[in-house]
Amino acid sequence: MHSPSSQMADGQLVSDGMVAIAKKQRVQDFFFHRITQAFSLLVLAALLGIIISLFVNAWPTFQKFGFQFIWRIEWDIINQDFGAAIAIVGTIASATIAMLLAVPLAFGIAVFLTETCPAWLRRPLGTSIELLAAVPSIIYGMFGLFVFAPLFADYIQMPLKHLLGGMPIVGFLFGGATNGMGILAAGIVLAFMVLPFVAAVMRDVFEITPAILRESAYGLGCTTWEVVRQVVLPYTQKGVIGGVMLGLGRALGETMAVTFVIGNANRMPTSLFSPGTSIASVLANEFGEAEGFHFSTLFALGFLLFVITFVVLAAAKAMIIRAEKAKGT
Amino acid sequence: MNTKRNFVKTLAMTAIATLAISSAFAADITGAGATFPFPIYAKWAEAYKAATGNGLNYQSIGSSGGIRQIKAKTVTFGATDAPVSGDDLAKDGMVQFPAIIGGTVPVLNIDGIKPGELRISGPVLADMFIGNITKWNDAKIAALNPGKKLPDLEITVVHRADGSGTTFNFTDYLSAVSKDFSDKVGKGAAVKWPAASSVGGKGNEGVAANVNRVKGALGYVEYAYVKKNNMTFMKMLNADGKYVEPDDKTFASAAAGADWFSVPGMGISMVNAKGADSWPISTASFILMYKEPTDKAASAEALKFFEWAFKNGKKMAEDLDYVPLPDKLTDQIRSRVFSQIQK
Repeated sequence: MHSPSSQMADGQLVSDGMVAIAKKQRVQDFFFHRITQAFSLLVLAALLGIIISLFVNAWPTFQKFGFQFIWRIEWDIINQDFGAAIAIVGTIASATIAMLLAVPLAFGIAVFLTETCPAWLRRPLGTSIELLAAVPSIIYGMFGLFVFAPLFADYIQMPLKHLLGGMPIVGFLFGGATNGMGILAAGIVLAFMVLPFVAAVMRDVFEITPAILRESAYGLGCTTWEVVRQVVLPYTQKGVIGGVMLGLGRALGETMAVTFVIGNANRMPTSLFSPGTSIASVLANEFGEAEGFHFSTLFALGFLLFVITFVVLAAAKAMIIRAEKAKGT
Repeated sequence: MNTKRNFVKTLAMTAIATLAISSAFAADITGAGATFPFPIYAKWAEAYKAATGNGLNYQSIGSSGGIRQIKAKTVTFGATDAPVSGDDLAKDGMVQFPAIIGGTVPVLNIDGIKPGELRISGPVLADMFIGNITKWNDAKIAALNPGKKLPDLEITVVHRADGSGTTFNFTDYLSAVSKDFSDKVGKGAAVKWPAASSVGGKGNEGVAANVNRVKGALGYVEYAYVKKNNMTFMKMLNADGKYVEPDDKTFASAAAGADWFSVPGMGISMVNAKGADSWPISTASFILMYKEPTDKAASAEALKFFEWAFKNGKKMAEDLDYVPLPDKLTDQIRSRVFSQIQK
């Protein structure tokens, strides 16, 4: 390894130089390897540090309430009586609504852009979607509160309440005050926010489907839908799930935009129009003035958000692995 | 190679020189805390810098944050809307004094009701915020407003979503006038609002935006925001049984009757103050400093700043709809509080 060229019969002159270069390269490679490794370990250290510090600060809360903290319906700062259920329900409900709205829309956008869009429109449309992804969340919040909420109250909440509010079984979902704020409003604003992420990722992965596969399918007489369903989607499944998870991650953790429109009420929501709260908005609202035990419960909430996000990502990974196994057999 | 080395050397020298210079000029006073007085502290700081060349860096991170920072000794003074108790002050070796006075005002949004048109009393207001009264045409509200036609409209309670001194002052008042409120809700920087219709807004701006947007909304904001956003305020029944409008005169009247030194740390509550012209939800914002500061120079600078502001900052305070402390009180603060701080 040290001087393989020295055994060459006629390479004696060159070999010293080559050995020197090889040695130098080995050293360089060694340092390059170590340095990049250190960088990636830094990420791991930061992650561990965050988990540990969250947990340590949250410990008094977990010690007092135990696992019950997760499903207790209470948030009373003065009497120091806390439970995470209200915020967890708000977080998951608003994120679910957002995904239900955003994923089909994003799918439609991506299919249009990759399959049926005229070439001259592809660039401007694609760029504007990417631009939408770059809008800061506070802008979505302001848009949500000042523009969307009044329109939502008059033109969506009122008709929905009149149309569906009286129906059995689902009627309760559309009851309550129609003031433009609440779980549904937050979900819709979140859908606007995650839509560009999901659409951009879907478009990118749809584009990598080899043209030969696609064209063969078209050649067999498939319709556009059949091509998307039978060829593009199976080929890009992993990327599509990845994009959806990216969007979901953002929806779960979004703070400012949700704080503006969710209503910030520490009560269990009873309908889609009820004001509620999400973990991230509770943290944003209450950290400034939190003291002692209250401070610790906020860390506990943060820890739970971390766990929820982790579970969601793990579930996505598991889904991908299972799908691949199914394909392999 | 040589030039490169020289360049590095120069760079290093410059860096060291810059550091040295900036530390020599780092006489800026630092403070942190309450958001309520932030506009006036910022204004005073700007004028003080223009007059003396010394800067003040005030971070409005919230009252509890201010108390945390001063306890951690990362700032020269802390600022809080909810006064710290005398015992806690003694334990930490701190002094406390008021710096500015203002008021919290209930506001509403009903078509056709003009600012100051609706009259309300503390107990009825408490019932509305608890959720015992849910409609604007409730008999209890009508009884205070004879002859006024009130709509059959649901009350949407708008409160602060973030912890805030404004909420402390407001709940302090409601707890003082209503036993029901004191039992069910209590006073604090953030409380559990029981009304089924309640929504939270972030900051005074958030509450103001929600109240101005939702028909039938009822909220509370600092007086400055009432003026800035042209909000419909209520006339309130005060402790002397008179209806008063919020303005600097009624806030000053509430402060005039206050016996500041009756409580250690001057932490009196001005809510529901006596006096025919007193606004019932008037409040002072307080400053916290150490008696034996670790950085005596910075502490002395901060005192100089407040002395200057008490003397020269009155007009600025009035322009921003605060009430400056009366001369008699600032003299007392100088002689009885500032004197306790080691220079």
